[in-house]
Amino acid sequence: MKYTEDHEWLSLDGDIVTVGITEYAATQLGDVVFVELPEIETQVAKGDEIVVIESVKAASDIVAPVDGEIVEINETLAENPALVNEDPTGEAWFFKIKIEDPSVLDDFMDEDEYKDHIGE
Amino acid sequence: MAETATTDLTDLPLAALHAELGAKFVPFAGWNMPVQYASGVMAEHLWTRAHAGLFDVTHMAQVRLPKGALDALEGLVPADLMGLPEGRQRYSLFTNAAGGVLDDLMIAHRAGDLFLVVNASRRAHDLAHLRAHLSDVEEVTDRALLALQGPEAEAALAALVPAVTAMKFMDVAVLGWQGAELWISRSGYTGEDGFEISVPVAMAEGFARALLADERVAPIGLGARDSLRLEAGLPLYGQDMDEDISPVEAGQAWSIGKARRAGGARAGGFPGADVILDQLAHGAPRRRVGLRPEGRAPMRGDVMLYATPEGGAPIGRITSGGFGPSLGAPMALGLIDAATPADAVLYGDLRGKRLPARQVPLPFVPPGYKR
Repeated sequence: MKYTEDHEWLSLDGDIVTVGITEYAATQLGDVVFVELPEIETQVAKGDEIVVIESVKAASDIVAPVDGEIVEINETLAENPALVNEDPTGEAWFFKIKIEDPSVLDDFMDEDEYKDHIGE
Repeated sequence: MAETATTDLTDLPLAALHAELGAKFVPFAGWNMPVQYASGVMAEHLWTRAHAGLFDVTHMAQVRLPKGALDALEGLVPADLMGLPEGRQRYSLFTNAAGGVLDDLMIAHRAGDLFLVVNASRRAHDLAHLRAHLSDVEEVTDRALLALQGPEAEAALAALVPAVTAMKFMDVAVLGWQGAELWISRSGYTGEDGFEISVPVAMAEGFARALLADERVAPIGLGARDSLRLEAGLPLYGQDMDEDISPVEAGQAWSIGKARRAGGARAGGFPGADVILDQLAHGAPRRRVGLRPEGRAPMRGDVMLYATPEGGAPIGRITSGGFGPSLGAPMALGLIDAATPADAVLYGDLRGKRLPARQVPLPFVPPGYKR
């Protein structure tokens, strides 16, 4: 598992990266009440705001962590946004993105580095 | 994600207790305020609607005026204060000459004085405003202010202060607890039955702990306070009301006393009375509306509203909005062109897409006041 400074986790399987938000991020957001996901087959560039998460408190964006194509989205989240709080690093993944070069993940933090990043 | 800033903020007298209870703090109107505790905004909101929530609202300013100031104070607000009996409290508004609202406040007529509670964000403004028109304006700085809200608030408070059961909605009383003088009103800003309790700072922690020891009572943060007041259709100063929105437009015309209206015993006589009374007689340019956005996406403050799914100029905007935990759906207050038909579907511009929202009667959730 790799981590971004925006508190996303990335899990690589072949050339497919599954993306979600960390426990820390889910706690900071508070109770999630709405998730808007990107369309499948969309080409996204690193930094594009592609997911909107609304909690009781506020709206936030999730950015594409890498360039690639959205190949799958987690439709369950539209029905049950609270899953983001219940299981952020498991069932509440947001989207899967197909990438050209898996080595781009090397630039992201590993778990220890991420823990330092959030001050744990 | 925002980090909690703590510089140049005033801590509540009970800050250590909040931290011990697991509070997350956010800056609000110069104060470091508990926004939520461990259970989160949603659970805290639902707890308050089912049981009793304890809120620390010490950030709001408490002000005392001499009893004789009732007449002069009436010159600053459109409420019927001369008709306010001793032992009762009234909600009112400081208005400006243009008919806008400078702040909203509570005014209690007590045996020995007048007791006011004003918004934290308007503390300095309101004190200056009062001092410009009245003498002997005293800010009370040695008291905390707690609110206990919810259907079990009466039972929980009565366990400590039995006499509160005799109070009705908007009654005020001075009652004792362990030698301390509690200034209590049966009021609040959640749409629930409940009380606001001014307690000497030295006794505040003991009193809060005594309430929290009751299993019906849980600490509730600013986050749930906002969703509770919004579900109750209660406007927030600075969002739903400001210096450019009249009380009529804000849906607060009910707070203008009959005696202060055209034909009343003391008609007018408050700042902006000409504008406001004219709006009462002939209508205001804009009106407040309750909105239920379709789907689950909340429409928050400053979302622009349109009459059509595409094209045309905005007919208004959302002044505050969010997700209603009891409602189980998004909700919003809007300020729109008064000519908009009451049954028209409106469209909010959400991230470049116009999404429909229905106009609905307020409040979103029925109130539980004990009248």
